[in-house]
Amino acid sequence: MKKILMKGNEAIARSAILGGCEAFFGYPITPQNEIPEYLSKYLPEVGKVFVQAESEIASINMVYGAAAAGVRVMTSSSSPGIALMQEGISYLCGAELPCVIVNVMRGGPGLGGIQPSQSDYFQITRGGGNGDYRVLAYAPENLQETVDLMKEAFEIADYYRNPVMIAVDGLIGQMMESVSLDREVKKRVIPEKNWAASGGHTGKERRIVTSLFLDPEKLEEHNLRLAKKYKVMIADEQKYELSNAEEAEFIIVAYGTMARIVRSAIEILKDQGIKVGLLKPLTLWPYPKNAFSKLPKSLKGILVAELSLGQMLDDVKICNEGRFPLSFFGRVGGVLPEPEEIAEALLKFKMEVSR
Amino acid sequence: MARGVLEFKHEDCKGCSLCVEFCPTKILALDKEKINQKGYHQIKVIDPERCIACGFCALMCPDSVITVMRVGA
Amino acid sequence: MKQIVYQKSKGLTDHQLSYCPGCTHGIVHKLVAEALEELNIIEKAIGIASVGCSVLSYNFFDCDMVQAAHGRACAVATGIKRSRPEAIVFSYQGDGDLASIGIGETIHAANRGENLTVIFINNAIYGMTGGQMAPTTLIGQKTTTSPFGRDLHLHGMPIKVSEIFSQIPRAVYVERVSVHNPRFLKNAKRAILKAFQNQIENKGFSLVEVLSTCPVNWGMTPIKALKWVEEEMIPYYPVKVFKDGEENE
Repeated sequence: MKKILMKGNEAIARSAILGGCEAFFGYPITPQNEIPEYLSKYLPEVGKVFVQAESEIASINMVYGAAAAGVRVMTSSSSPGIALMQEGISYLCGAELPCVIVNVMRGGPGLGGIQPSQSDYFQITRGGGNGDYRVLAYAPENLQETVDLMKEAFEIADYYRNPVMIAVDGLIGQMMESVSLDREVKKRVIPEKNWAASGGHTGKERRIVTSLFLDPEKLEEHNLRLAKKYKVMIADEQKYELSNAEEAEFIIVAYGTMARIVRSAIEILKDQGIKVGLLKPLTLWPYPKNAFSKLPKSLKGILVAELSLGQMLDDVKICNEGRFPLSFFGRVGGVLPEPEEIAEALLKFKMEVSR
Repeated sequence: MARGVLEFKHEDCKGCSLCVEFCPTKILALDKEKINQKGYHQIKVIDPERCIACGFCALMCPDSVITVMRVGA
Repeated sequence: MKQIVYQKSKGLTDHQLSYCPGCTHGIVHKLVAEALEELNIIEKAIGIASVGCSVLSYNFFDCDMVQAAHGRACAVATGIKRSRPEAIVFSYQGDGDLASIGIGETIHAANRGENLTVIFINNAIYGMTGGQMAPTTLIGQKTTTSPFGRDLHLHGMPIKVSEIFSQIPRAVYVERVSVHNPRFLKNAKRAILKAFQNQIENKGFSLVEVLSTCPVNWGMTPIKALKWVEEEMIPYYPVKVFKDGEENE
């Protein structure tokens, strides 16, 4: 299979086109600007829509409009811009509209920094907008994973009539790796969009796209229907890698760029005779709770490593249910740890649990 | 001889009286004896013979209550 | 031999309007519906229901409707029109939605020359939420958040939307109208027809600002409210064509 060397953001943009993106609405923000730049050139080339909106708020609402009209649509942004989109995401979920949102995460809070970070975990998985809703969120760690996910993202979004978020960090967006763009994507059976306000319908055939249900019983009914959908996602869409876990003493839980650094840390610890496995969530939501029933009884503890001060940590605590001792390692601000630092943290943890 | 005939969808009337105000021949009034399901006073035509079918009542009605028809020669 | 002079437009559904008695929303809804009917575009139309009293307009126009977040109607409309250019896309917005929270989205849609029809209901107050001050509230006008009257030094002057939009090159048609009596109403209808005709002809962004009433929150009868438009609003918000045709064409 042919491989080409690409920059992360451009690979994301290219694979979006391959995934069937028909429209992009977005606003510049570091470190993801290559995505709108690439699409501004190549989407019109294939007769599709590109608009640089006046803000992230305008962007997500343009996405809402295009999704309501029944087209495959996406946006991209970075952490502070995603914060602005939270209202729009709530509306998209409430109105059951499919779309793909790429978040190239950077340091926060507030303006923060432009270096890589994973401190959006809360805003991705805990809403951030109002209401009971969920976003299917993926956190690939390298460009091949990212490209494959981007191509599938529009299928998944259409299948569930829900936003899908691809969360990478600034490192992944900016780095260059070789990727194959030709890999097959799993196609789902997607019903016709007979709910879309695409024009041409009157009387009983009229389509109304809305998240407003003023009658409390109707709103509850609507919410319960959404909850049912989310239950299906939890049952069917958890994706993770649990490697090196057989008879492991410790497991490190990490995703994205942190997972890559952890892989090296695990090698360092292996050389020191300590068997450490990796649990790498690929879906941030639904969180891979299933993996926790597969953890070996030999486990002495779980170390959670994030580029944050402990956000995914909460989900690990929930899934762990007090079974194993937990520890946390985090670097923030855009500082990337060396594998040695993580190995050291695990050794310290090992000493603590042996007491 | 009336030039116009009016039909009313009384259940949609909210008794706002815009039609009463803008009728140039002043033949409309709120019927204080009747109320519709929502509790609004309906409209009555107090002198149907003097309807000139101008359509102003229907034009100004926010609720499309009135249908105006021109009759005769 | 009976000939129909006036009847309910086919552009409206059977749903009874939920607006207050005598509220001009009802009148403007009719004009929009009639425009869709007369131009034969009901089947092509996609309307955006904004937030305010008009949020329920998705029940009243007999075409596909999309409900938008507060202020974002013109962004939503952009998303729809760019994706479905053959559709006739219109937004129907009040003073909060278009001139306050949504002014950025509205100006930028106009600036990009999005081929849209925007109907702007200016009743100098926030209706749905109970009568708070709007960007268009007049100096001295009392509202629930300007209980002592709008004050130039505290609140600034009321925003003249048509005047502002007429400055934007790709806003090709900007007109302010009123519906306070049959003569002005017929003129308003002509303007709204034109705003839709422009979209059919792909001319660019068209905005019709309709001076409207809010009898309940103004504390007046519907008839007195129409008089208030004539006597108090029109002197500040002149009814006229601000722009008709593109600059630098």
